Amino acid sequence: MTDFITVDPAQPSAPGKGDVVLEVRDLSVDFGVDKKWVPAAIRLNYEVRAGEVLAIVGESGSGKSASSMALLGLLPSNSRVSGSVKLAGKELLGGSEANIRAVRGKDVAVIFQEPMTALNPVYTVGAQIVETIRLHNEVSPDQARERALRMLELVELPDPEKAFRSYPHQLSGGQRQRAMIAQSLSCDPKLLIADEPTTALDVTVQAEILDLMRNLRNKLDSAIVLITHDMGVVADLADRIAVMRRGVIVETGTAAEIFHNPKHEYTKALLDAVPHLGQGGEADGDVDVTAALAAATQADLEAIPHEELLRRERANAAALAAAAETAKPQGDPVLELTDVAIEYPKQGRVPAFRAVEGANLAIYPGQVVGLVGESGSGKTTIGRAAVGLLPVAAGTMKVVGQDISAAKRNGRQLHEMRRHVGMVFQDPSSSLNPRLPIGESIGEPMFLAGVAKGAELQTRIEALLDQVELPRNYRNRYPHELSGGQKQRVGIARALSLKPKLMVADEPTSALDVSVQAKVLELFQNLQKELGFACLFVTHDLAVVDVLADRICVMQRGRIVEQGSRDQILRNPQEPYTQRLLAAVPLPDPEKQRERRELRAQLLSGAS
Amino acid sequence: MATYILKRFLQLIPVFLGATLLVYFLVFSLPGDPIVALFGDKPVNEAVAAKLRAQYHLDQPFWIQYLLYLKSIFTFDLGQDFSGRPIAAVLGEVFPVTARLAIMALIFEAVFGIIFGLIAGLRKGKLFDATVLVASLIVIGIPIFVLGFLLQFTIGVQLGWAKPTVSSAATVQDLILPAIVLGLGSFAYVLRLTRTSVIENMNADYVRTATAKGLSRFRVVRVHILRNSLIPVITFLGADLGSLMGGAIVTEGIFNVPGVGNRLYRAVLSGEGPTVVSIVTVLVLIYCLSNLLVDLLYAWLDPRIRYDS
Repeated sequence: MTDFITVDPAQPSAPGKGDVVLEVRDLSVDFGVDKKWVPAAIRLNYEVRAGEVLAIVGESGSGKSASSMALLGLLPSNSRVSGSVKLAGKELLGGSEANIRAVRGKDVAVIFQEPMTALNPVYTVGAQIVETIRLHNEVSPDQARERALRMLELVELPDPEKAFRSYPHQLSGGQRQRAMIAQSLSCDPKLLIADEPTTALDVTVQAEILDLMRNLRNKLDSAIVLITHDMGVVADLADRIAVMRRGVIVETGTAAEIFHNPKHEYTKALLDAVPHLGQGGEADGDVDVTAALAAATQADLEAIPHEELLRRERANAAALAAAAETAKPQGDPVLELTDVAIEYPKQGRVPAFRAVEGANLAIYPGQVVGLVGESGSGKTTIGRAAVGLLPVAAGTMKVVGQDISAAKRNGRQLHEMRRHVGMVFQDPSSSLNPRLPIGESIGEPMFLAGVAKGAELQTRIEALLDQVELPRNYRNRYPHELSGGQKQRVGIARALSLKPKLMVADEPTSALDVSVQAKVLELFQNLQKELGFACLFVTHDLAVVDVLADRICVMQRGRIVEQGSRDQILRNPQEPYTQRLLAAVPLPDPEKQRERRELRAQLLSGAS
Repeated sequence: MATYILKRFLQLIPVFLGATLLVYFLVFSLPGDPIVALFGDKPVNEAVAAKLRAQYHLDQPFWIQYLLYLKSIFTFDLGQDFSGRPIAAVLGEVFPVTARLAIMALIFEAVFGIIFGLIAGLRKGKLFDATVLVASLIVIGIPIFVLGFLLQFTIGVQLGWAKPTVSSAATVQDLILPAIVLGLGSFAYVLRLTRTSVIENMNADYVRTATAKGLSRFRVVRVHILRNSLIPVITFLGADLGSLMGGAIVTEGIFNVPGVGNRLYRAVLSGEGPTVVSIVTVLVLIYCLSNLLVDLLYAWLDPRIRYDS
């Protein structure tokens, strides 16, 4: 191992100025499927220097993960890898198993996407980190333990001793990801591969982990390969970017080049598809959230000149005033919650759990209300209760004029009510019956409600397929023959089939790639305008409600902490939680993200 | 944890009462008169028959008989079987034999089932895997009495590798062949369960993490895959211990093992209510205790399971 170039920690490294740590030449990856080689990555070339973050960006199926796992030989056995991967000048591919094993975990460490499942559930966090340390270093158990504790401290876990003794399930998602990072850094790797490290996390937790990774990068001088689909994360962390599509790197460049002057069509399309929450662009209605937050908290930012900030704040206030003059809602509310509490009923010895408390909310005809919050905030619970899937424990809930708070489970009243309510679910793959052709899935609600039969039913199904812009001949296809976006279109068509007055959409686009998400959201928006249904749109993604919603409700720990029109919430957030949530959303623009980051730091220090 | 164990022990009380009542009722409802059967082909002497009936309380109604039986249990005097021997002594004689047999069978199926299952799972789709899968299907498909006679004849009689029958002492050596026969069916299940579980865990994210840490294949399998894969297998094995104890009737018959199954079979035939109920009750208790043991093992293997709320 002595022939490795050692990085001098005393030398401060400007990004891209360090030695080349990883050099990838003509790397190709193929997977054997049905006795044919299907390429996943084709002749990739890139290098990463010490202290530099290279982001590999792409949508699902672009080969970004497969090519990165190939660096360490972590692909399944039906794969074939060719080309050259040099780590500090030493070839990694084609060597013996023992060779690559000595590199894994020591010189190259990996952080995986799902902190939930990436740690072994039956061993303590400490034991797993100690295992790594002792594998690559000749140290006593006590020394390894000490080092593990230091690593846990380094990743800013509040109580390293306790984290050391904890099993993965006893930690929160963010803590688990910190433990994972501690483990991967425990042998001072030259190269860190982070495979979607924040994708599974809530946005505020994601911001914390990104902060941590930025700090560590400065401290440790490792090279980092960041694999992600999230342009906001890229803007926050990356020095250089490689954009991948269908196995090929279509464009590489510095972060500034890619974001401000994308050359390739695909890069442009990808950047356009990213819903940029309040980036403050020129387009009408774009919200400058940074200015809004700065105004609401009277913050002063180093990244923006004072005059400039004031100008942006004034523009923001003017836009808010203009928005206030838009039409007031008309008619009776389609969904009305008054002091509603919702409980998950007692199950055996597990006591009832109150997931929502004191919720007040009204949706008027034709209105889209975005219900935002992080995991466990109770947003999905409200959505489920609105279609009668969960009982109302207190307060009154009126759906399409009927009070369903006291309705019997599976009783006639709910049955009647559900004819006026459509629901779109999060995971399009599992919410369609795999054994029904999609035409039948779409037609089933109409058939069951007795609305249409025979030839008339077929006509209606075709009309619905037209509406969601799917070819009519798709009706006989099965769900597995469709892509994710197409499946979600089917889900929307099914929800529309009874011409609902209220639509409950539960994270309908969160499982989709950004470019697909953009198209599905556009379709949804057009359908909503055309058909005029009211909609409760449940999501964790503030950028999505920014696009869609007339009103926004922010939920935290089972309570609606703030609600108002889209412009009130985004341009003038009052509650500290709303402000924190807005500040945590990374912007797909490195400069704007720097402003946002500074603002977030001020918000957090002001709060503590 | 202590509260949990105590709770589980308290749960044994209704199980015990229910099991004894149910079994007692079933034996009571058996057709035929056991006392008449005792006389065999000889003419029935009414005076003797009446005396015997009184001695075994067979002239009393069902509830009285049951309560008398319960009383006998709590005074630790289980009474006598029809040949006049104390039932307690009979239990003390047959249970150690069957326990030995069952534990040997359990060790056999656990060790070989897990090893074969692990290898088959790791080499999914390869020749070894396919062979073992087909073989396990055959083992599951053939009735145990056919397998028993087959092995007894080939291995015991023709090849002479093991004793074809069991002596009255029923030593460990005597019991090797019967234990294999008894454990074969469950061996196939353990193998398949381990295989499925290993295949599932091999693709788990934490196994990829372990590999990415630089661990050797062997250590990944031993430390990270095996323990997680054993969780469902242990559940099966624990429940199986109870079945092996009570389900050895056929095997014990084939190899003439002087154990629980043999004695229970004879007692059922001759309608000896107290003997049947005593044996079955002990079996039920063993079943409950082995299940408790499994639950404790479960919590030890999988830290996510905690019984204290």
